[in-house]
Amino acid sequence: MSALLGSISTLSLARWQFGVTTVFHFLFVPLTIGLGLLVAILQTASYRTGDESWERATRFFGKLFLVNFAIGVVTGIVQEFQFGMDWSRYSVFVGNIFGAPLAIEGLLAFFMESTFLGVWIFGRGRVSPRVHLLAIWLASVGTILSAAFIVAANAWMQHPVGYVIDPATHQAVMNNFWAVMTNSTFVLEYGHVLFAAFLTGSTFLLGVSAWHLRQGHDVAAFAKAARVAIVVVLVSAVGTIFLGDSQGKQMETQQPMKMAAAEALYDTTNGASFSLLTIGDLSGNPIFQIRVPHILSVLATNTWSGKVDGIHQLQAQATKKYGAGSYVPVIWVLYWTFRIMVGLGVLLLALGAIGLWLMRKRRLERSTSFLRFATWMILAPFLANSVGWIFTEIGRQPWVVYGLLKTSNAVSLIAPGYVATSLIGFTAIYTLLAVVEIGLMIRLAKVPSEPIALDDRVPELIY
Amino acid sequence: MLALLATSPSGLEKLWFALIGVLWLGYFFLEGFDFGVGVLMPFVSHDDVDRRVVVNTIGPVWDGNEVWLITAGGATFAAFPLWYATVFSGFYLALFVVLAALIFRGMAFELRHRRDDERWRQWWDRALFWGSALPALLWGVAFADFVHGVPITAGGAWTGTFFDLVKPYALLGGLATLSLFTLHGATYLGLKTEGAVRERARELARWLAPTTTVIVTAFLGWTYLSAHAWHRTGLVPPLLPILGVGVLAAVGWLVHDRLEGWAFIATAFVVLAFFTTLLLNLYPNVLVSSVRSAYDLSITQSASHPYTLTVMSWVALVFTPFVLVYQSWTYWIFKKRVSRPDQVDARSSEV
Ligand code: HDD
Ligand code: HEM
Ligand code: HEM
Repeated sequence: MSALLGSISTLSLARWQFGVTTVFHFLFVPLTIGLGLLVAILQTASYRTGDESWERATRFFGKLFLVNFAIGVVTGIVQEFQFGMDWSRYSVFVGNIFGAPLAIEGLLAFFMESTFLGVWIFGRGRVSPRVHLLAIWLASVGTILSAAFIVAANAWMQHPVGYVIDPATHQAVMNNFWAVMTNSTFVLEYGHVLFAAFLTGSTFLLGVSAWHLRQGHDVAAFAKAARVAIVVVLVSAVGTIFLGDSQGKQMETQQPMKMAAAEALYDTTNGASFSLLTIGDLSGNPIFQIRVPHILSVLATNTWSGKVDGIHQLQAQATKKYGAGSYVPVIWVLYWTFRIMVGLGVLLLALGAIGLWLMRKRRLERSTSFLRFATWMILAPFLANSVGWIFTEIGRQPWVVYGLLKTSNAVSLIAPGYVATSLIGFTAIYTLLAVVEIGLMIRLAKVPSEPIALDDRVPELIY
Repeated sequence: MLALLATSPSGLEKLWFALIGVLWLGYFFLEGFDFGVGVLMPFVSHDDVDRRVVVNTIGPVWDGNEVWLITAGGATFAAFPLWYATVFSGFYLALFVVLAALIFRGMAFELRHRRDDERWRQWWDRALFWGSALPALLWGVAFADFVHGVPITAGGAWTGTFFDLVKPYALLGGLATLSLFTLHGATYLGLKTEGAVRERARELARWLAPTTTVIVTAFLGWTYLSAHAWHRTGLVPPLLPILGVGVLAAVGWLVHDRLEGWAFIATAFVVLAFFTTLLLNLYPNVLVSSVRSAYDLSITQSASHPYTLTVMSWVALVFTPFVLVYQSWTYWIFKKRVSRPDQVDARSSEV
C-alpha cells in the first residue's frame, strides 16, 4: 500500500479529490438555484390566482427541491474546508482575498437561504400565506447571492485584480475590494453560471412535467408548470449562450492559452477557422476534420480576419515571462469539454424554441415526441455544467491563480496517505449519496401530484 | 516576554480574534443542542412518532445553526489564513471524520421521512445519532488540542501524525463537550416537547447533569494545572470556569424542580463559559506548539492585512444585525412545543 502510494503524489491526489468533490457539489447546486426560483414563481402564481392546480405544482416540485437542496448543503461544507485541508499553501497565499468572499457568503447568503427555507418547510399554516411566499423568495435570493460570492472568488483565481504581493510574506494582499467584486471576469462568469443554473432548473421542471403529461397525470397542474418552464428555458438558454460567447472573447485577452488549447490551434493565425470536429490526435496533424472558415476569429475577436494566438507562440511567451516549464493544459480535455458544452447549449436553445412554438400552436400536451425529448433533455444541463467547470479549471493549469501561483506550489505539505484516505472516503460516500439521492428523486418525481387535503396539515411534519 | 510584546496583536486583530470566537460560541450554543438532540433521540423515543417529534424540535433550525460553523470557517480563512491552513491540513483525518458525520446527519434530516419504510428510517436514525455524537466529541478534542499544543514548528509547519491529536487530555476534552452538548440537548428537549418525551428527557438530564459536572470539572482542572504559563488569561483568576462549573452543578436541581427555562439557560451558559475559557486561554495565540513555545502560532503572525480586516469589519457590522434578527424570529415562530399528533386536533399544524 505504502509502496503504491509512494508513486502517487499528494498533488495528483489532491487534484482528484478537489475535482471529484467540486463536480459532485456542482451537480446539485445549479438545480437548487434554478428550482428555487421556479418554485417561488409557481407559488406566486398560486398565491395570486388561488388556483389549486398551481398549488399542487408548487408542492410537487417543492418536495423535489428540498431533497436536492439537502445534498447541496452537505457537500458544500466539504468544499469550504478542503481548501485548508488539501491546499494549505494556496490558502495562506490567497486568504487575504479569497477568504473574504467566502466569509461574506456565509454571513449574507447561507444564513438567509437556510433560515428562510426552514420557515418555508415548517411554516405552512403557521405563518400567513404572504410570509410563507416571502420565505421561498428570500431563500431563492439567498441561493442566487451565494453563487455570486463563490464565483467572485473563482473569478479572482482566473484573473487576479485588486491586489498587491506583499514582499515580506509573499502573500497576495487585497488593496481594492471593489475591484475584486467588479472583476470583468466575475461579471461574465456569474451571469453565465446563473443562467446555466436557471436553465438547469427549468429543463428539469419541463422534463418532469413532460413525463407526467405523457402519463396523463394531473394535466391541469403539469401543463401550467411546463409552460412556465419553457419560457424560462428559452430565456436562460439565450442568456447562457450570449454570456458564454462574451466569455470566449474575454478569454482571448485574459487567458489566450485556454482559447488556443480549446481549439487545438497550434500556430498563430489570422482569420482562423473553427474546428467542428476532429478525428485523430489533437497534436496538429489530424486524420479527419471539419472546419468552418474564419469563425474562430469571429468568436474570439469579433472581426473576420482577427489574429488568434497559437499554442507554440503562447508557450514561448510564457517561458520568457515565467521561466521554464510547460504552460500548455491538457488539450484534448479542453477541446472536447468545450464542444460538448456548446453543443448542449444549442440543443437546449432548440428545446426552448420548439416548446414555445408548440405552446403557441396549443399542441404542447399532445406532442408525444417533444415530451419524450424534453424528458431526456433533463440530463443535458448537468453534463454541460460539469464539462463547463472542467474546461474552465483544467484550462487554467498549470496555474491555480493565473500568473501568480502554480497548482504544484499550492498543495498542502502532507503525506499522500491522508489525501488518499479522504479521496477514497469522500468518493465512497458521494457514490452512496448519489445512488440514494437519485433513486429517491426519480421515485418522488414519478409519484403523481397529490390532491390538496382539506385540512391542509403541514405535510413535512407528517412522516 | 519580549517576544510576546513584539507580537502583541493590533486592535483590528484582537477584534477579529474576538469575532471568530463569537462565531464559534454561537455555533456551539446552537448546534450544541442540535447535537444533543441527535444523541438523545434513540433514548427518549419509544416509537416512530416520538422520533419524529424529537427530530422536529430542531427541524426548522438545524441548517441555520450549522451556518455558524461555515461562517466561522470562512471568517477564519479570511482573517487568519495561516491558522485556517495549519489547523485544517494538520487535523486532516479528524476533520474528515467530522465532515463525513455532518454529511450523513444533514441528509438524515431531509431524507428519513421521504419513504414509508421502517428500515430506511432506521438507517437514517443511526446516521443522525452518529452524525451528532462524533462531531460533538471531536470538536472538544480539537479545541483541547488548540490550547494544549500540537506538533508544529516555525510558521505552522506540521510535524506530527494523527495520533498526536488524540492524547488523553484531548480525549477528555472531547468527552467533556460530548456530555455537555448532550445535557444541553436534554434541557432543550425539556423545553420543546410534551408528555412522555419531555419526562424521559428530564430523567436523562437528572442523570447526565452530575456526570457532566465531574467530567467538565476534571477537564478544566487539568487545563488549569497544565497551562503553559501561570499568567494565562481566563484561567488566573479562574472566575469564568468556576462560575461555569458552579452553574453546571446546579442544573440537576433546576431540572428536578422543573424549572425548564432556567435549566436551558444554565446549560447554554455553561457551553459559553467553557469555550470562552478555552479561547481566552489561547490568547494571544491561535495555536499552541507542543514542540517549543517559540513556535506558537500567534494572532499577529497568522492575521490578514489591515485592509482585508477593515473590509470584513464593515461587512460584519452592517449585516450581522439582520442575521441575528431573522434567526431569532424563526425561533419565535417555532416557539411552541412539538407534540404527538394524537394529542392535537387535525386543523392545527402542531404535529
Ligand atoms: C454557482 C454556485 C455555486 C458554486 C460555484 C459553489 N457553490 Fe456551494 N452552494 C451553492 C452555490 C455554489 C448553493 C446553491 O447556494 C448551495 C447549494 C445548496 C445550498 O444550501 O446552497 C451551496 C451550498 C454550500 C455550502 C453549505 C451551505 C449551507 O449549509 O447552507 C457551503 C459551505 C458551500 N456551498 C461552499 C462552497 C465552496 C467553498 C465552493 C467552491 C469550491 C462552492 N460552494 C461552489
Ligand atoms: C467556484 C468554485 C470552484 C469550482 C466550481 C471549481 C470547479 C472545478 C472543476 C470542475 C475542476 C476539474 C475537475 C477535475 O480535474 O477532475 C476543478 C479542478 C481543480 N480546481 Fe477548481 N473550482 C473552484 C474553485 C477552485 C479553487 C478555489 C481552487 C483552489 C485550490 C481550485 C483548484 C482546483 C484544482 C487544483 C483542480 C485540479 C485541476 C486538475 O486536475 O487539472 N478550484 N475545479
Ligand atoms: C453555446 C453555448 C455556450 C458557450 C459559448 C459557452 C462558453 C463558455 C466559456 C467560454 C466558458 C469558460 C470561461 C472561462 O474559462 O473563463 C464557459 C464556462 C462554463 N460554462 Fe459555458 N458556454 C455555453 C453553454 C453552456 C451551457 C448550456 C451550460 C450549462 C447549462 C454552461 C455552463 C458552464 C459552466 C458551469 C462554466 C464554468 C464557469 C465559468 O467559467 O463560467 N455553458 N462557458
